[in-house]
Amino acid sequence: MNEHASSSINRTPLVEVRGLSRHYPVSVPWLGRLFGGQSHKVLRAVDDVSFLLESGATFGLVGESGSGKTTIARLLVGLDRPTRGQILFNGTDIGTVASRQDMAGLRRNWQMIFQDPYSSLNPRWRVRDSVAEPIRAFGLADSRKGVDERVTELLVQVGLAPGDADRYPHEFSGGQRQRVAVARALASVPRFIVCDEPTSALDVSVQAQILNLMKDLQRRHGLGYVFISHDLAVVKHMADTIGVMYLGRLCEVSSARDLLSTPKHPYTRLLLEAMPGLNPSGTRRALVRGEPPDPISPPTGCGFHPRCPLADERCRRERPTTILSESTLVACHAVEEGRLK
Amino acid sequence: MKWLQRQANPYRWTGDWSQLLDGDLAYSFGRSPATVVAAGVTLIFFIAAVFAPWVAPHDPFDIATLDLNDAFLPPVWQGETGSWTYPLGTDGQGRDVLSTIVYATRISLTVGVLAVLLAAVLGGGLGLLAGYVGGWFDALVMRLADIQLTIPAILAALMIDGIARLVLPAGDQDVLAIYVLILAIGISEWPGYARVIRGVVMAESGKDYVSAARVIGIHPVSIMLRHILPNVMGPMLVLASIGLALAIIAEATLSFLGVGVPPTTPSLGTLIRVGDDFLFSGEWWILLFPAFALVALVLAVNVLGDWMRDALDPKLR
Amino acid sequence: MALLELQNVRVEIPLRRQTLVALDDVSLHVEEGEVLGVVGESGAGKSLTVDAIIGLVEPPGRITHGEVLLAGRRIDNLPDEALQRIRGAQIGVVFQDPMSSLNPLYSIGYQLVQTIRAHLDVDLAAARRRAIELLAEVGIPDPDRRLSFYPHQFSGGMRQRVVIALALCAGPRVIIADEPTTALDVSTQAQILDLLRRLSRQHRTAVVLISHDMGVIAEMADRVAVMYAGRIVETGAVQTLIDRPQHPYTQGLMSSIPRIDQDVDRLAQVDGAMPRLADIPAGCAFHPRCPKFFDRCRRERPDLRPAGFSHEAACWLFDTPNANE
Repeated sequence: MNEHASSSINRTPLVEVRGLSRHYPVSVPWLGRLFGGQSHKVLRAVDDVSFLLESGATFGLVGESGSGKTTIARLLVGLDRPTRGQILFNGTDIGTVASRQDMAGLRRNWQMIFQDPYSSLNPRWRVRDSVAEPIRAFGLADSRKGVDERVTELLVQVGLAPGDADRYPHEFSGGQRQRVAVARALASVPRFIVCDEPTSALDVSVQAQILNLMKDLQRRHGLGYVFISHDLAVVKHMADTIGVMYLGRLCEVSSARDLLSTPKHPYTRLLLEAMPGLNPSGTRRALVRGEPPDPISPPTGCGFHPRCPLADERCRRERPTTILSESTLVACHAVEEGRLK
Repeated sequence: MKWLQRQANPYRWTGDWSQLLDGDLAYSFGRSPATVVAAGVTLIFFIAAVFAPWVAPHDPFDIATLDLNDAFLPPVWQGETGSWTYPLGTDGQGRDVLSTIVYATRISLTVGVLAVLLAAVLGGGLGLLAGYVGGWFDALVMRLADIQLTIPAILAALMIDGIARLVLPAGDQDVLAIYVLILAIGISEWPGYARVIRGVVMAESGKDYVSAARVIGIHPVSIMLRHILPNVMGPMLVLASIGLALAIIAEATLSFLGVGVPPTTPSLGTLIRVGDDFLFSGEWWILLFPAFALVALVLAVNVLGDWMRDALDPKLR
Repeated sequence: MALLELQNVRVEIPLRRQTLVALDDVSLHVEEGEVLGVVGESGAGKSLTVDAIIGLVEPPGRITHGEVLLAGRRIDNLPDEALQRIRGAQIGVVFQDPMSSLNPLYSIGYQLVQTIRAHLDVDLAAARRRAIELLAEVGIPDPDRRLSFYPHQFSGGMRQRVVIALALCAGPRVIIADEPTTALDVSTQAQILDLLRRLSRQHRTAVVLISHDMGVIAEMADRVAVMYAGRIVETGAVQTLIDRPQHPYTQGLMSSIPRIDQDVDRLAQVDGAMPRLADIPAGCAFHPRCPKFFDRCRRERPDLRPAGFSHEAACWLFDTPNANE
């Protein structure tokens, strides 16, 4: 579970993402363009992203708002279609699946847990019905009684009481609702779960409960997670491999331990510096000025260059291609040229 | 709030009425005397309408019981000729005014309720589809609604009524008049429902529970009917209760203008029209009592609808 | 004498079935130039404390007990106009969401000038100059030109700087910041915190910083007060509170936070959740979840008492040996 990608070259990864891109056309309607002299504009929410997830492991995706991590989450579970690139599940490209039947069969393998516990459950449905929905959709139980038994089993697994099945979401706290969401995600016995900021809306002590629960379930069922968060400490706790996103691109991918002990990409370093830590060492290094840029008109070349202390002419012109060294990726000219201190 | 949810899933009725009385809805209801009175009045009208033959002291349409000698009798407290046989007096043909009001309420409420039902199903259905599907369909529906909204509802109803009269054979017109009326009023009201429901649907579609259903591949139609529709019932109920008042007024207006129900099955509006002729010749009761009845009914339904909106809205957010 | 002080403040919210006690015997103080962090989870009463200080507790809630003192003088019982003069002039507030603190229909220059002139007796030109000064001070580039910009023309971080400028307009002695960086990105957050710290040192302003994020508190605060179910359960100097928490709740809280420098398999968790206001248990509010509770905790409610080095904790574990049982 904690192996690096290099040691599993011979095994097909559970999920592989290749060159994934999602572009949104955001131009002003053509009349406006004609008179305003504006060109076509494209929002590159996700731009040429590649990574893999091993069975039973956790891939963490970290980034600030606008980095594209939520878009990747939606692309992975089929809520959105990519503009370019492929998503492979166990070697099968899910974009090429033609029949509804086959796609329905594939969908069993993944699930998603959402950020907002207050909108991820239908307020008019009882908990039982929300958790049973995947069971019914995939025909995983043969009778009403079978469904009820499975629902009870799932609720107990996530730390709720069997009697909770008959209650409505508004009767629960945020943390409990998130447990229900986890139960629902487990109901179809998926191979991996995409978790989009699952604990960001929760209090710290509740977060600890949910994170522990998720780890326990992962071990028990051999689940893979794609764990998305803006909180680097949480991602580090959960993930084996971490990918750092900026402006829709991956700047760095590395094992969790390495990313935090020896961060290479300047943006990763910025994130680590900027995070308020519980044991601040006093003064911080010079804080990078500047605001996160506008994703519709991103900087040329390397998207990070306006805020990067190591930016040079090449960074302004050329987009860094990812370099692989062992099992890591770093998209940075400075690193490539050995200019990193 | 809980009682509404129990209604939404009827198979789960737990049957505890005490919880109903104990809930927040009941509390806010009891706190407002106007609402309690309004509810009582509405209930009285509904019972009168449903049980008209038993409630009304006379049958005003049974020609055999009519006695022209009893015509133009004043209400019971007026003059020497007033009596308890005809508590509110009689009209020009000897019909008991109270009985005619009871039967007329039946017509008014029937038209009102069915028209609202039609508008809700038509408008709500279109709004649901438009909100969920979006795109050109949404634009089409909204533009149609916009166009129709430029025409005053009464005028629209008049137009539909007029077309129906052209199309239907003369002999059947009286019998079908009530259905034409329901159709006319119902169609004239659909844009209001469509707009509100579309808004609610668009808001709900963006919520994560809808995304969760899409992730496991639930069919869009199933999502619309099983996920979104139950969440739409609340606003729908509010619209319908206010809409009922509007529909009753619309029917009364059309009947008053003479293009509503035929005189053989008069509604409150017809009674008002008939009574109008007698107001200044001294038999004021033929006009005023039906008019009061109409005002009381519409006011009561309106107040009830207002309360429902206030009681349900904050919790629906 | 403390610059801002709350003494035994109690806020009650009367509802139809029962009266909720939203703040129970809350006492805080902050000195000039000091940053006091108030930390707690949602529902603990942090924002209500802010409301109580500035006199904006929403009815039917009200302060039923205790006093709020600014430089020794009571401000909680002042009439509305007097309070309005204090708000802004002596106490500045920065809220979480900059979009709702700024009126989207007016330019920021207009809002700044209005606020300045509401509290200081200056003419339009002088107010304008001061506005430009303030914008520069909070780090907005090209302040002269930006004065006529509208809130939507700024990014989130910039807007929050404008809000801080607004709070500083009249030179207040205390700034209350209620989750000022929660809605911002991590990199922007760092900049805003730096700004607040610099300003408070420069102007000797006291800062009351509310947050649920312990990291933010660790960076900014000198002292911390930990809230739970409307009560203060522990206070102390920030680093000792983080390294050696005394109250079992604080201990649980600290160990459940994932730390970037640690490598643990499971996070320490505190089972259960903070009780809702309607269900606060008798005795110590934390006892049902406390790993160290004993009989007395069920019956009697502990008040703040000295515990450990520089701390005060509301816990029977720190009962002084002289007390009679």
